[in-house]
Amino acid sequence: MDFDLNESQSLLQDSIRKTLTAKYGFENRKAYMASETGWSREMWAQYAELGLLGLPFAEEDGGFGGGPEETMLVAEQMGRHITLEPWFSTVVLGGGFLRHGAETALRQEMVEGVAAGETLLAFAQTERQSRYDLFDVQTTAKKDGAGWVITGRKGMVLHGDTADHFFVTARVSGASRDKGGIGVFVVPATADGVSVRGFRTVDGQRAAEVDFTGARAAHVLGDPEGGLALVDRVVDEAIAVLAAEAIGAMDVVHAMTLDYMKTRQQFGRAIGSFQALQHKAADMLVAIEQSRSMAYFATVAAQASDAAERRRNMHAVKAQIGRSQRLVGQQSIQLHGGIAMTMEYAAGHYFKRLTVNEAMFGDTDHHLRALADAGGLVQAA
Amino acid sequence: MELRFTEAELNFRQEVRDFLAAECPPETRAHMIAGKSPTKAMVVEWQRKLNARGWAAPEWPVEHGGPGWTPAQKYIFREELQMWPAPSPLGFNINMCGPVIIEFGTEEQKKRFLPRMRNLDDWWCQGFSEPGAGSDLAGLKTRAVLENGEWVINGQKTWTTLAQHADWIFVLARTDPAAKKQEGISFFLVDMKTPGITVRPIITIEGGHEVNEVFFDDVRVPADQLVGEVNKGWDCAKFLLGNERFGQARVGASRERIRRLKMIAKETLDGGRPLIEDPEFRRQMTEMEIELKALEMTVMRVIANETKRAGTGKPDPATSVLKIKGTEIQQGVSELLMKAAGPYAWVDGDPDAEGSNDWDVAPDWAFGLAGIYFNWRKQSIYGGSNEIQRNIMAKAFLGL
Repeated sequence: MDFDLNESQSLLQDSIRKTLTAKYGFENRKAYMASETGWSREMWAQYAELGLLGLPFAEEDGGFGGGPEETMLVAEQMGRHITLEPWFSTVVLGGGFLRHGAETALRQEMVEGVAAGETLLAFAQTERQSRYDLFDVQTTAKKDGAGWVITGRKGMVLHGDTADHFFVTARVSGASRDKGGIGVFVVPATADGVSVRGFRTVDGQRAAEVDFTGARAAHVLGDPEGGLALVDRVVDEAIAVLAAEAIGAMDVVHAMTLDYMKTRQQFGRAIGSFQALQHKAADMLVAIEQSRSMAYFATVAAQASDAAERRRNMHAVKAQIGRSQRLVGQQSIQLHGGIAMTMEYAAGHYFKRLTVNEAMFGDTDHHLRALADAGGLVQAA
Repeated sequence: MELRFTEAELNFRQEVRDFLAAECPPETRAHMIAGKSPTKAMVVEWQRKLNARGWAAPEWPVEHGGPGWTPAQKYIFREELQMWPAPSPLGFNINMCGPVIIEFGTEEQKKRFLPRMRNLDDWWCQGFSEPGAGSDLAGLKTRAVLENGEWVINGQKTWTTLAQHADWIFVLARTDPAAKKQEGISFFLVDMKTPGITVRPIITIEGGHEVNEVFFDDVRVPADQLVGEVNKGWDCAKFLLGNERFGQARVGASRERIRRLKMIAKETLDGGRPLIEDPEFRRQMTEMEIELKALEMTVMRVIANETKRAGTGKPDPATSVLKIKGTEIQQGVSELLMKAAGPYAWVDGDPDAEGSNDWDVAPDWAFGLAGIYFNWRKQSIYGGSNEIQRNIMAKAFLGL
């Protein structure tokens, strides 16, 4: 076991850290959010220049061959600055589908554009009835000549308003909650029958409601009726990334809270000298350290080849970090007091990101229940 | 970054398992699976088997009979023993007093005490806490006065675990009452047979005899049984307590208990169905499992950092997590075990007795679960209460 970064990982971390520290302060972020796209094209170009957008792709596909540890490092830094750009939707989710599900030709066609910052991707999955169940799909895919046409409404499509291509789950056969019969289809945003309504999420990101009305898919990834395993795989990796993002955000908001506790005076002394508050801050640290451990575990566990074991472990990751980030988010507001309730102060923005991050791809309750139903982590005697 | 065990480490794990299968007496294992503390005879027999194998003192340097393991090997060894379960090397000897003698003792003290500690020829106990000095240990009042080349100790110790088995006790006593409270304390090694020592049992709420009061009435201790320098005993105490905290995660022990819990939850019915099918119960169990997984990784991180931090004197923030989370999980699991047993948890069995369920009044697995639940409430109190841990974190890591 070795938790240290090697030289190239340290360099990668330093370069992201420097860039984001210089260009992603709280005021910068506000300006990016207020811009027309809701995030910064300039920063996106910077990420491309730093190699972040091509990082996880194989070199022969035009990427840089980074592993899950490298992606975790990027995610942690993104979390520290609660960035707004479509890195997660394009590189992690879209990129995950390309790496694990796309044939060589499609990978080579798309990876270059993604790595260069020219192609944006989004995962269209959630439906009104589906809540967090990836297999609950009513959107349909119908065979039409050599191709497929997609019909249905997808909600909460992260960065769907700027995406060039959608990876869409759609049902080829079976009933609404059947695990078989689901395919993953690639639909260009410019295809006829695609209509997109963008909006802002509570944590300042962009998302869209996307209607597919007989929209023609450009590709199907693998077996059109056996796509759920691919979705699970991509989402499990994404959960590991969300974990690392949460660590970054929790570290920052905890440090911010400690700084405030040392400077804010009440009753003639720093509020950090009160034991009742100190113990809450200590509990936050316990939660963060446990989560950091779980985030390390996640990078390994998300790569497991045994899908059932991998799912169980990722349920545990999501549930453990979910509980922690809720505690850390809520307590950081409480320990600050009124100041953190204001839009002008950064803590609330971290709290909001942590809240949305907790619920993405299933909240704590969802994953606890799923893990419990799957028999937990420890075998019976 | 390499987050998996190496091939060599996995082989070592197997070696430990093979040793346990071949050498750990089945009666000891069955006794411990039933949730009972191993008897003195069981602990001594096992410690000597470990010593014969060269594994009695995992943390000690090789020149004092340690096996020369890496931090990861020590961890694997400890966890495998807890999971089997088999008795751990006796903490008072191996993790508490032994390391203090190795760090602060004279050559003579090392030769005289260490080999006997390792083989459990002497059973040691810890004379730290006093009626007026619990969390505030440095407030201790037991006095040691030098008279004609001998130290004369007077005072009272309490919560002295397994003093009834002990041949020796290591004692913190005040040698300079005028000094600031941490600066007038010394660390003594005392033979329990010395005249003037009286041991009185304390029976805890579950009915077990684990802890004692130890009274010192003009107990005369030769000068060569003081460890380190006079009035520098607090350094020994801090060093010892630092080692203690590391062992409190007890991940393997909790995993063993959760296995047991699942077995019981399958056998016991609730609403006509196995309890394990109850969503609310299962959820509570799962919450323990996820925290335990995180704790296991936290332990790994502390281990990986241990070698690097050695000598820097800088504690690892993750270390503080081990005590708080480790005890919360153990207490939580013990509570679920009792809950799982339902009404059959109520039998008031003597936790120290052999074959307590001879009268066949409850399922065997239900026996003593309440006792463990009640007894384990101690975990968040001892070794620096969990509130003291939070104070330490606030000061040492949060800068508050």
